[in-house]
Amino acid sequence: MVLSQVAEFDSVGLRYGTGAEVLRDLDFRLANGGFYFLTGPSGAGKTSLLKLLYLAQRPTRGRIRIFGEELSDAPRELLPQFRRRIGVVFQDFRLIRHLSAFDNVALPLRIAGAADEQVEGPVREMLAWVGLADRASARPPTLSGGEQQRVAIARAVINRPDLLVADEPTGNVDAEMAQRLLHLFSALNRLGTTVVVATHDVGLINATPGAQLIRLENGAIADPTGTLRNPPAPPWSRSRC
Amino acid sequence: MLDWLLASPSERRLLGEARLRGPTAWVIAIMSFSILIIAAAGLALASTAGMLTRAIEARYSVEVPAGGANVEALLGTVRSAPGVTSAEAVPESEMRRTLERWLGPAAQSSELPVPALINFNVKPGADLGAIRRRVQAVAPAASITAHREAVGPLLHSLRLLQWVAFGLVLLLSAAASAAVVLAARGALDTHRFTIEVMHGIGATDLQVTNLFQRKIAIDAFVGSVAGAAAAALVLLVLTTGASLAGELTGGATLSVLDLLILALLPLALTALATWVARAAVLAALRKAL
Repeated sequence: MVLSQVAEFDSVGLRYGTGAEVLRDLDFRLANGGFYFLTGPSGAGKTSLLKLLYLAQRPTRGRIRIFGEELSDAPRELLPQFRRRIGVVFQDFRLIRHLSAFDNVALPLRIAGAADEQVEGPVREMLAWVGLADRASARPPTLSGGEQQRVAIARAVINRPDLLVADEPTGNVDAEMAQRLLHLFSALNRLGTTVVVATHDVGLINATPGAQLIRLENGAIADPTGTLRNPPAPPWSRSRC
Repeated sequence: MLDWLLASPSERRLLGEARLRGPTAWVIAIMSFSILIIAAAGLALASTAGMLTRAIEARYSVEVPAGGANVEALLGTVRSAPGVTSAEAVPESEMRRTLERWLGPAAQSSELPVPALINFNVKPGADLGAIRRRVQAVAPAASITAHREAVGPLLHSLRLLQWVAFGLVLLLSAAASAAVVLAARGALDTHRFTIEVMHGIGATDLQVTNLFQRKIAIDAFVGSVAGAAAAALVLLVLTTGASLAGELTGGATLSVLDLLILALLPLALTALATWVARAAVLAALRKAL
């Protein structure tokens, strides 16, 4: 059965500890195969929303369905099988320092149970694609910020996830690499992966025709009547959201 | 069931290649050494107590105060009594030598009356009442004493020491387990970031646990075997010969079964450490999402 919605948020709120809610009253759906940009000023709650999406955080209220399953308070033993269907590009890369770039990229495949001989080809191919074929054995501390980001992206997409969540994925790469990464995301999207990218880069948004925009302000979706809409055209292109 | 032990090179790299970085192996080696020495002492005590019990279980003494005159007649009576397997009189000279320890040269005085003493062994189920009646028919003042009554307090002490040794083995095992729990928590703290990343990518608790379990199992095995080897050396030095079943102290011996138990202890300690590590890591992981 093909799901029409990859994620469904109903009256979702999130607070850390006893602090104020950082996300409140989130109601939206992410269509299967959609391409979404998540924008908003710093501190608006973009990263918190992404954490809910990639199951690193449970909501403090409301219901979240991912891949058609109610996961707001699902037993934690259930979560790994859903996490394996989600690729995540973290803002701080989250690469394992003592592993080589190859091993970092191979990690999702190995966790999913692939044997070493099944891993070699896809990982080499992915590293070549992000321009790091000759850096396969390098460890993250010896890579530049941009290289680390490309490794993180390669790790996120290596197993062709159903949902790709990226937090500022082009923040540390040059314009050319940003374009290549965007093409990669678009290619994955065409293959059926739902893509959610949190970014300030309006150029990236405008370069993705058909992508939809979710704008967060103060932990809430800024335009409740049209939360999922096409990105606005210039004049505010090249400026910061 | 043991597939967690056969990690691939890539799985081994996840927690880094360095081994024996922490004190776990050393702590377990010390525990293993102590456990083996104490267990060997406990088993030797048990062996001694068993030997002593078997030796005196069927052994009795006939004592006739100041009555050395009719010892030969009495010995004949005892030997002919039903159920008696052997009997021998303790020579008067030996009795006097024994008394000399307390009385000095006065023990050799002919004026000092020395009791007649006959030791005898009986078959299981022998009628001691019938033997007593026969003896008292020859020497009315004679009394019969069971050796187990005389040695009872010593045997009790030996059994008590044996239990103390057993308790110490349990206590040291508990201490080793506590050290493993601390080591497991330390390892989790050290690798918290790796665990978070693995969880985020979809690793199950068991996948993460297997990595730590394997690492701690190797440390525990190396430590246990090293400690056991050191203990074996010490035990060999303590025994009079290099025989595997040599004496430990003063006639106490370790049987083949005892040696087998001692050989299994390091493996048991490794298994305990591995199980404890697994439980500790799983419990810690369950606190995270």
